[in-house]
Amino acid sequence: MGAPNQPMISFHSVSKQYDSLVALADVSLEVADAEFVFLVGPTGAGKSTLLKLIIREDLPTSGKVFVDGLEVSSLPDSLVPHLRRRVGTVFQDFKLLPQRTVFENIAFPLEILGLPDEEIEKTAEETLGLVGLEHKANHFPVQLSGGEAQRTAIARAMVLRPEVILADEPTGNLDARSAWEVMKLLGHLNSLGTTVIMATHNMDITSSLPHRKIELQKGRVVADSKQKGAKKKAK
Amino acid sequence: MRNLSRLLKVAAKRITRNPYQALAAFLVMLLTFFVAGAFVLLSVGSNALIAYFESRPQVTAFLKDDTTSEKVKEIQDRLLKTGVVSKTTYVSKEEALKIYKERNKNEPILAEFVTAEILPASIEVSTYKLEDLSKVADTLQNEQAVEEVVYQKNIVETLSNWTRTLRLVGGGLVAFLLLTTFLITLIVIGLNISLHQDEIEIMKLVGATPGYIRLPFIFEGVFYGLFSGVVATAFLAVIFTWATPTLQKIFSGVPIMSAGPLVFLYLLVGEILIGTGIGVIGSFVATRKYLKI
Repeated sequence: MGAPNQPMISFHSVSKQYDSLVALADVSLEVADAEFVFLVGPTGAGKSTLLKLIIREDLPTSGKVFVDGLEVSSLPDSLVPHLRRRVGTVFQDFKLLPQRTVFENIAFPLEILGLPDEEIEKTAEETLGLVGLEHKANHFPVQLSGGEAQRTAIARAMVLRPEVILADEPTGNLDARSAWEVMKLLGHLNSLGTTVIMATHNMDITSSLPHRKIELQKGRVVADSKQKGAKKKAK
Repeated sequence: MRNLSRLLKVAAKRITRNPYQALAAFLVMLLTFFVAGAFVLLSVGSNALIAYFESRPQVTAFLKDDTTSEKVKEIQDRLLKTGVVSKTTYVSKEEALKIYKERNKNEPILAEFVTAEILPASIEVSTYKLEDLSKVADTLQNEQAVEEVVYQKNIVETLSNWTRTLRLVGGGLVAFLLLTTFLITLIVIGLNISLHQDEIEIMKLVGATPGYIRLPFIFEGVFYGLFSGVVATAFLAVIFTWATPTLQKIFSGVPIMSAGPLVFLYLLVGEILIGTGIGVIGSFVATRKYLKI
């Protein structure tokens, strides 16, 4: 858990440019510990780039990114895996290992830590129960529905009990019912104290839930529902 | 340690899932180590052969029948004083007959017609260095008591030349094959990396360290090198063990193959070390080149 009064995630004047393309322009924001935030905006607005900078999949062109007080952008390469164990990720395309069963996919991050088999089994089973997929433990990803695959991906992201979960369009490939199941799960994780940042297009979801919304357009934050009296800036 | 066994399993799975790639890498390495091992054994064999011929009397001076033992002693002393002669041996007519009979024991008819009288006595001379042979031969030729001089200069020289050529050609060929093996390892591991790109991506996302991602590929390279080194040595041991008695029979008395169990043990250790080394370096270079962590 983050230190008291210290934001879990903070961006200080962060810009990211790919050649002539500006993905993020002077973004400054803070996300508190155990907060649930929606990142909204059209395709190409910079939502995914913002998430990539948090897990150091990419480096900012300028500015600083902090996770729980740790400056991610200047983190030595050797510590990046440790950062990623503290920040779980969920993607639209699930990114499950096709040759591994649901149970093995969930157990994978625990294996990487070199934990004993008994501990891996216990933790993975608990997590499997949390996402309601005990009955699919021995199924392979191709045998799952979209909703089940995404719940497996969420289970894998949370199995190390991370402080933050980043979800990039997690409902993008799902029908309405499955999408709501995923939202319920993310909400549950949040209620347990996990900070959740979710990038999404899905206006049905964002308008139905009371969580904070940060809107990005052309790499800039154009609206933030947390800021009192925030109004959509003129383009 | 726990992770090590897990990573070994991952490597084993990757090998069995791409059996043709694995087989190609294994066969190329097997060929390399087989050829390299064969050249090493031939080289060891030819060294023994040269040593055998070098240890034999190198110049033989056949003496006239009327040569007295004093004269023989005088010639021997003179030869030893030159400092280039390591040993002289006088072979009397009777001893010559004994040697003749021993050599032709399988053909008693030949031995029957030969008596000590018709065989010449001789002095057998060995030199420290091969290049002194002709000088010694010339000296002996000028001796009154000497009827004829024969020496094995050509045999040893030819053998030395052959061994040099064998080492040169063998060394070149083995170097070429080692380079090919290295490149094949690099390509096979590189292919495997691109086949597992998604998996690598996911491993990175869930916090796997670069070492954890790299190790199964390194193990794969080690496996190819190790396994092919062992199998190549086993093949060579079987072939050489089978061929040695036959060749010994043909070249009676001459140690045509002298590779004992110890040589094969050294060869096994050498091939394992080189194979593992190539496997490690090849896969390491492949992961450095193709694995973006």
